[in-house]
Amino acid sequence: MPNTILIALIPLLPLAAFLLLGLYGKKYFKNFSGIIGTTVLLLSAAFALYTAYGYFFEYGKIDGIYQKLVPLQFTWLQFSPGLSIDMGIILDPISVMMLVVVTFISLMVHFYSLAYMKGDERFPVYYAFLGLFTFSMLGLVMASNIFQLYIFWELVGVSSFLLIGYHYDRPSAVAACKKAFIVTRFADLGFLIGILVLSFHANTLDFNTLIQRLTVDGSHELHTAYTSMFLGASALTWGTVLVFIGGAGKSALFPLHIWLPDAMEGPTPVSALIHAATMVVAGVYLVARMFPVFSMSNGAMHVVTFAGIFSALFAAVIACTQTDIKRVLAYSTMSQIGLMMFALGVSGSNLESGSLNYSHLGAGYTASMFHLFTHAIFKALLFLGAGSVIHFIHSNEMKDMGGLRKYLPITHITFLIACLAISGVPPFAGFFSKEEIMLAAWQHNTVLYYITLFTSGLTAFYMFRLYFNIFWSKGVIVHGEHHGEGGFAMMLPLVLLAIGAVAAGFIPFGNFISADGKPLESEFHWQFSIAPVAVGLAGIFTAMWLYKNKSNKPAAIVTSLGGFYKAAYNKFYIDELYLFITKKIIFNLIGRPAAWFDKNIVNGLVNMTGNTTLIISEKIKGFQSGKVQQYAIYFLAGLIGLAVLFIYLWKPG
Amino acid sequence: MMEPGLYHLLFVSTALFFIGVYGFFTRRNLVTMLMSIELILNSVNINFIAFNKYLWPHKMDGLFFSIFVIAIAAAEAAVAIAIIINLYRSHQSIDVERAEEMKF
Amino acid sequence: MNLLLLILLPLLTIVTILLMRNAAQVKWAALLGSTGQFILALVLLFGFRQERSAGNEAQILFELQYNWFPAWHISFHIGVNGISVAMILLTAFVVIAGVLVSWNITKMTKEFYCLLIMLSLGAYGFFISLDLFILFFFLEIAVIPKYLLIGIWGSGKKEYAANKLALMLMGGSALVLVGLLGVYFGSSEKTFDLVTLSQTHIPIEIQKICFPLLFVGFGVFTALFPFHTWVPDGHSSAPTAGSMFLAGISMKLGGYGCLRVATYIMPDGAKEYASIIIVLSSIAILYGAFATMMQKDLKYINAYSSVSHCGFVLLGIGMLTKTAMTGAVMQMVSHGLMTALFFAVIGMIYERTHTRQVNEMGGLLKVMPFITTVLFIVGLCSLGLPGLSGFVAEMTIFMGSWQNPGTFHRIATIAACMSIVVTAVYILRAIGQTAMGPLKEGYENLTDATWNEKLAAIVLIAGIIAIGLAPFWLNDLVSPATEIIMQKLGAVHP
Repeated sequence: MPNTILIALIPLLPLAAFLLLGLYGKKYFKNFSGIIGTTVLLLSAAFALYTAYGYFFEYGKIDGIYQKLVPLQFTWLQFSPGLSIDMGIILDPISVMMLVVVTFISLMVHFYSLAYMKGDERFPVYYAFLGLFTFSMLGLVMASNIFQLYIFWELVGVSSFLLIGYHYDRPSAVAACKKAFIVTRFADLGFLIGILVLSFHANTLDFNTLIQRLTVDGSHELHTAYTSMFLGASALTWGTVLVFIGGAGKSALFPLHIWLPDAMEGPTPVSALIHAATMVVAGVYLVARMFPVFSMSNGAMHVVTFAGIFSALFAAVIACTQTDIKRVLAYSTMSQIGLMMFALGVSGSNLESGSLNYSHLGAGYTASMFHLFTHAIFKALLFLGAGSVIHFIHSNEMKDMGGLRKYLPITHITFLIACLAISGVPPFAGFFSKEEIMLAAWQHNTVLYYITLFTSGLTAFYMFRLYFNIFWSKGVIVHGEHHGEGGFAMMLPLVLLAIGAVAAGFIPFGNFISADGKPLESEFHWQFSIAPVAVGLAGIFTAMWLYKNKSNKPAAIVTSLGGFYKAAYNKFYIDELYLFITKKIIFNLIGRPAAWFDKNIVNGLVNMTGNTTLIISEKIKGFQSGKVQQYAIYFLAGLIGLAVLFIYLWKPG
Repeated sequence: MMEPGLYHLLFVSTALFFIGVYGFFTRRNLVTMLMSIELILNSVNINFIAFNKYLWPHKMDGLFFSIFVIAIAAAEAAVAIAIIINLYRSHQSIDVERAEEMKF
Repeated sequence: MNLLLLILLPLLTIVTILLMRNAAQVKWAALLGSTGQFILALVLLFGFRQERSAGNEAQILFELQYNWFPAWHISFHIGVNGISVAMILLTAFVVIAGVLVSWNITKMTKEFYCLLIMLSLGAYGFFISLDLFILFFFLEIAVIPKYLLIGIWGSGKKEYAANKLALMLMGGSALVLVGLLGVYFGSSEKTFDLVTLSQTHIPIEIQKICFPLLFVGFGVFTALFPFHTWVPDGHSSAPTAGSMFLAGISMKLGGYGCLRVATYIMPDGAKEYASIIIVLSSIAILYGAFATMMQKDLKYINAYSSVSHCGFVLLGIGMLTKTAMTGAVMQMVSHGLMTALFFAVIGMIYERTHTRQVNEMGGLLKVMPFITTVLFIVGLCSLGLPGLSGFVAEMTIFMGSWQNPGTFHRIATIAACMSIVVTAVYILRAIGQTAMGPLKEGYENLTDATWNEKLAAIVLIAGIIAIGLAPFWLNDLVSPATEIIMQKLGAVHP
C-alpha cells in the first residue's frame, strides 16, 4: 500500500523550504539558501520516484487496471451535504507521472539556479518562491477534489506571478507579471463557473465521484446535465468548455496565450520550470484528469481539438519570425501544448456519432500524456541551454549570437539533442511521442493530420533556425575573459536532461498510462513514421540552408513574404487587440463611466439632498425675521384662518 | 334718548380691538405698541362687562374677570416697561424694527 | 463566560484612559485594554466551542437578562450565537491592531483612544444584544465616535466627510428605528426581544413594510448600493485607525443587522425583496470593482473595493441559501480583517511617503520590504488567493449562490464571479505601481515598519491566514447559526 506520509511529504517539503527561506532566509541563510532548497527538492524527488516505482510496479495495478487510489482525504470546507472541498491525494497513472516530472524538472532548475542566480541579492527569496511554486504544482497534481485543484491552480498562478516579477524594478517585468496573472485570472473565471456548473449537476466536488456520476450511462446526474440546456448547449458541454477555458488560460492556448511570451521576463530557469515544463501543462493535465467527463460531450471535445490544433499552428508560424530566443522557445511551448491538447481532443469519444472511426479510443490520451512527459524534459533542456547562452552573452537577441559552439561545447551538444528531440527525429524522445499524436490524428481526421504534419515541419524549421543562429552563423567576438559555461552546477542538469531527452522515448508509455487504466497496445508502424520524419528533416535542412552560414537568403524570403511576415512578427496583433479592448473599451467605456457615475450621480444625489435642505432653509428662514410685529401678523392670520376653518368650513358630522 | 344696547357696546369694543390691533401692527414705538395692547385688553374688558350686564345681570363673573384683566394688564405693563427700558439701554432706542437680533 | 465583561472591560478602559496623565500612559492603557478584549474574545470563542462540543445545542449561549424598562417590555437581554462570536472575534482583532497603528498620534491622544475604545464598546454591545432596543442603543454608540474621529483627526475634506458619514449613518439608523417600532407594534407580542420575535409570526403586511426599512437602514452601514457614497469619502478622510474601525467593524454592524435582525425575524419580507437585494448587491459588486479601477488614491482604492466586497455580503444574504449566508458571514469576517490590514498598510506607507497617490510611488519593495510584503499579502487576499481568507469567503458565497437554481440567480452569480477578474486588475495595478518598478527619487531613505506596526500587521495576518488555511472552524461556528435562519425561511431552496 502507498506510504501516505511519504507521499504527503513530497509537496510539503518544498512548502517548508518556502516558509523557512521566506521568513528567515535573508537573515540566517543568505548564502546557503540555495543548498537548502536543492536538498529539500532532492528529497522530494526521491520520494516521488519511490512512489512512482511503488505505484507502477507494486500496488497500483489491480486486475491489470491501474486504479485511482486516494490514500488521504480530509474535509477542508463543507459547503452543504455532498459538496465539500476535501484536501486529499489522488494516485493514478497521470498524477504519479506528473509527480516525477515536476520534482525532477524542479530539482534540475534548483540545481541550475545555484550557479545561474549566484550573487543575486534576493537569492533566498528566489529559492523561497521556487519552493512555493513546486509545492503548489505538486498540490495541483495530487488534487483529489476539483476545488482543491482550483486552489492550487490559483497558487501556481500567484507563484508564477511572483517569479515573473522577480526583477521587480524592471517595468517590463512588472507589466509581464501583471499580464500573466490577469489573463490567467480571466481564464480562471471560466474554470470557476465550470466548477459551479458541474458540481451543481453532480452534487459533488470529488473527482472520482464526479467522473463516475457524470459518465455512467443513464445516471440521474448525467441525465440532468444533458437535458438542462442554456443557449443551445447542454449543462455538461457548458461546464466542460468553461473548465477547458481555465485550462486554456494556464496552458496559453489561443486566444489566451498572450501572457506566455511576456512571461519570459522572469529568470530563465524559472521559464524552464514554469513556462515550459510544468505549469503551462497544467491545462492539459486538467483536461486529462477530467477526460472521461469531457469525452461525454462532443461539443467540448471539438472545442479542445480545434483550440489545440489552431494554437499549435498559429504559434509555430509566429515562432519562425521571432528574434528573441526565449520568445521563440515560448511560442514553441505554446505550439507543443496545442498539440497535446489536440491529441486529447482527438482521443475519441464514446458518443454515438458514427461517421468517425473510434476504434482507437484513448490513443490520443496516451499520446498526449507521453508528449507532455517528453516535452517537459526536452523543453526544460532547451530553456536551460538558452539560459546558458544568455548567461554567457548577456542578451536574448539572436543578432548578438552566432558561432557559440566553440565557447559553449556542452551547451551546444545538449541543445542540439533537444532540438532533434523536439523535431521528431528518431531515436530521440520527441519522435515517439509525436508519432503517437500523428497516429491519433490520422485515425481521427485526415485534414487535421496534414495540419499536424505541417506544424511538425515548422517546428523542426524554427528550432533549427534557432540552433544555427546561436551556434553557427557568423562568429561573435568575445572580448577578454569570459566566465565559460557556468561550471558544474549548470552543466549537470543539461547533461541529465539530455540523457532524458534521448532515453525517455523508449519507455513503453502505453503500458502505464491510458485513458481507462488498462495497458494500451501501442502499435508502431514504421511505414507511418516516414512522412513525419521526412517533413521534420525537410524543416531541418531548410533551416540549415538558410541559417548555417550568414547570408542574405533569409532577408530575401522575408521581403517576398511581405505583409504576412510582418503580421507574424507582430504576433498577428493579438496583443494590440487585447490592449484595445482593455484600454479603450473596458477602461473608457465601463471603468470611467462607473467612476464618473459614482462621483457625479450617486454622490451628486447625496450632495443634492444636503444642498436642497440648505436651499429650502435659506428660502424659508425669512419667516423668522425677529420682528415682533411680523410674528403678530402671522399669529393673527393663523387665528383668522382657524376661525374661518372652524366656523365656516369644517362641519363635523 | 335711546338706551345703549348690547350691540352698541360690542361695536365699540370691536372698534377698540381693531384700533388696538392696527396700532400694534403699525406703530414702531414700543410704548405705543404697549398702549395698543392696553386698548385690546380694554376692548375685552368692555366685552366682559357688556355681556355680564345684558345677558346675566344677576351674576358677577364678568366684572370679576375684567378686574382680573386690569390687574394682569398692570403687571404686564410693569414687565413690558421694564423690558422697554432694558431695550433702550442696550439699543438707545425703543424702535421694534431695530430689535431683531432674534432672527434666524 | 459572562458576556457583560465585553461591555465592562471597554468601559473600564475608557475610565482608566481618562485618569491617565500623559500620552504614553494613555497608549499603554489602551493597548492593555484592547489586549484584554482580545483575550476575552478568544476565551469566548473557546468557551463557545467547548459548550457546543459538550452537546449544548441551545440557539443562544451565555444568555443574560435584566429588566430594563418593563413598561415597554424592554430588557437588557444579551447572549451570543455563532455569528456573533465570529463578529466579536473580528472586532477584537481590529481593535488591537487599530490601537497599535495609532501609536504615533500626538493630537489629543487621550480623547482619540477614548473614542476608539468607545466604538469597540458599541460594537461589542451591538453584537451581543438580543433585545432590539438595546441593539439600537449600541448601534448609536458606535456611530458617534466616528464623527469625531474623522472630524478631529482626519485629513483632507474631513468636515465634509464627517458630516456626510454621520448624516447618512444617522439616516440609516433612523430607518432602523422606524422599522423596529413597526415590528414592535406590528407583532402580536409587543416586544423588542429578538428571540421572542423570531418565534412569533409577524403579519406579512407588516413585514413588507418593515423589512425594507430595516434592511436599507442596516444596508447604509454596509454600503448598500446606492447608499454607499459615504464610504469613499469617509474612509479617505479618516485617520488610519478610524478607517480600520470604519471598514473593519462599522460596516459589519450593518451586515450583521441585515442578516441577524432583518432576515431572521422577517423571513417573508426577505423572500419578497430577495431579488431586489440581489440586483443591488450585484451592481455594487461589479460597479464598485469598476469604479475602483479608475481610482488613483490608495485609500479610495480600498474604499471602493470595500463597496465591492461588501456587496458579496449582501449577495450572500439575498441568495437565501444556507451556504451563501454562511459565506456572507465569512466574508464579513474576512473583509473586516483584510480591509483593516489594508488601511493599516496604507497608513504606514502614507506616514513615510506623505502621499497616497499610486502614481507618485514606485519600487517601495526595495526600501520597506516588510510593509510591501504585507501589502502583497493583503492585496492577494483581496483578489481571493487560496490560503487567505478572501478566497474561502468568496467561494462559499459563489457555491451557495449557485445552489439557487433560478436563471436570474445564476446570472447574478456569474456577474459577481466576474469581479474576481476586475479585482485582480485593480489590485495588481495598485501593487505594481507602489511596490514594484524602479524606486522613485526621494524615497531612498525611508524606513521599514516599527515594532507596533509589525505587531498590528502580524495580528491581522494571523487572523487572515487562520481562516484561509483552516476555514472549517469558522464554518463550524457559523453554519449552525445560519441553519436556524434558513429553517425560519422555510427552506424554500436547498
